[in-house]
Amino acid sequence: MTWREKYIAFSTIVVKEITRFARIWMQTLLPPVITTSLYFVIFGNLIGPRIGEMDGYRYMDFIVPGLILMAVITNSYANVVSSFFGAKFQRFIEELLISPTPNYLILLGYVTGGVVRGMIVGTIVTFVSLFFSDLQIHNLPVLISIVVLTAVLFSLGGFINAIFARNFDDVSIVPTFILTPLTYLGGIFYSIKLLPEFWQNISLFNPILYMINAFRFGFLGVSDIDLWISYSMICTFIAVLFYLCLRLLNSGYGLRQ
Amino acid sequence: MTNALTTRRLAKTYGNGLTALRGIDLDVAEGDFFALLGPNGAGKSTAIGIISSLITKTDGRVWVFGIDVDVDFPAAKSLIGLVPQEINFNLFETPQQIVVNQAGYYGIPRRLARNAAERYLRQLGLWEKRNERARTLSGGMKRRLMIARALVHEPKLLILDEPTAGVDIEIRRSMWEFLRAINAAGTTIILTTHYLEEAESLCRNIAIIDHGQLVENTNMKALLAQLNTETFVLDLIEAVDTLPVLEQRVARIDRTTLEIDVTKDRNINDVFADLSAHGIKVKSMRNKANRLEQLFIGLVNGTGGGAENKR
Repeated sequence: MTWREKYIAFSTIVVKEITRFARIWMQTLLPPVITTSLYFVIFGNLIGPRIGEMDGYRYMDFIVPGLILMAVITNSYANVVSSFFGAKFQRFIEELLISPTPNYLILLGYVTGGVVRGMIVGTIVTFVSLFFSDLQIHNLPVLISIVVLTAVLFSLGGFINAIFARNFDDVSIVPTFILTPLTYLGGIFYSIKLLPEFWQNISLFNPILYMINAFRFGFLGVSDIDLWISYSMICTFIAVLFYLCLRLLNSGYGLRQ
Repeated sequence: MTNALTTRRLAKTYGNGLTALRGIDLDVAEGDFFALLGPNGAGKSTAIGIISSLITKTDGRVWVFGIDVDVDFPAAKSLIGLVPQEINFNLFETPQQIVVNQAGYYGIPRRLARNAAERYLRQLGLWEKRNERARTLSGGMKRRLMIARALVHEPKLLILDEPTAGVDIEIRRSMWEFLRAINAAGTTIILTTHYLEEAESLCRNIAIIDHGQLVENTNMKALLAQLNTETFVLDLIEAVDTLPVLEQRVARIDRTTLEIDVTKDRNINDVFADLSAHGIKVKSMRNKANRLEQLFIGLVNGTGGGAENKR
């Protein structure tokens, strides 16, 4: 394939992915907006004023970055895992497998689809948060780079989940038992400085903590973690997962007999 | 001339230990209409899966128009169109989306893809349904949609794995005409089917696989010529109470229907003359069984079926 042909194949996958989640927007775009709005109302408006300040900011302002990033994480992950597993389950992934499209483009196409959905949901949630919070942007490049890298990372995670999944239960196990606990314990609702030292150290093993803190730095200028450590962690995870995904695709695991 | 497809010692053993192919050698000439037959589980779909990259081979080599798939599979893939046995498109997309997207995976620009999709959807009678969800299509339409999808990138080799399974006879025959036209225009076609009449009607060359091995690989005429005996069913004008004693086997199905074997060395006129001599008048006649079917059963059962058993 020439580079132009590769670009056409890649854009075909991306357009197909965007069309897919846009067609079912009631299942893909609306629920995270409603869920996050409830967080804003309950934790921000109702409980927040009783909590007071966190790291020198109103509780509502403190939790908004984490809630936006949580929506991005869950949606980029969910998009790739459900779309790729669906293609595997209904066997229309074979349309791609028999074509000359290289495996890395298949991976990039699905990951881009996940990132786009994550960005759209993140943008909508950000706009909704403006009704509850005086959102200020401290550092826009950090904000954008962290949210895009995080979406890439969790899209890759969704891809691996989809490759290993054999049924629909396998698709929901990782988000329910791993992703959600790690996200909730990743410092969305609190600063880890509030934790005893032991649990602070344990929290440092949670990769989501680095993303949420870096993203919060983009909005508020405060973080429990050094920014460059966050970038290094995220980029290392992306490199490892990308390599794993490509190895799995090239081996045909779960796709080719 | 380069073969459209060549395989040598093609073998596949699945992870569960099942050996589906035991080293088959195939040669399909460019422009051929080639039948790949065999009973269920013989290894046909495995062979097709390996050629189209959906199954990884255990051993052997495959060339598509001279391209070694171990050296440049993407180049080989771009020359192949596959119509699989089972429906494998997104049932929530429309026929137009399915065909245009498939063209995109081969690097065909969207405008050209739309034109090609329209051409094949029209030819296969699906244009009116182009914007309806694929799940609403009938079984025959779904099969035709898979043919349109397989052709949209203009492959030089079209592989059809039981394309007419479950399709009514009228649509099946219109699909035959379409495939004949595609083949006449230069596309090499490999067909697997359970309708042996289909293979006999369409294909010029044939390979029969059984238990993962090639039991026959020849041209259709040569294969059919191996058939020593054909059985005809005769509808009589008047009822017959006693069977005549003839040189060939005669059996009575009912009082006005006979079954008669005609060996290759006999002339059908002689048979009619014998019958007339016994006062039997024939109203109409038909073949009892498809000729290829007789050979096929003989070859895979090892009984010869009137043909020499080459296993």
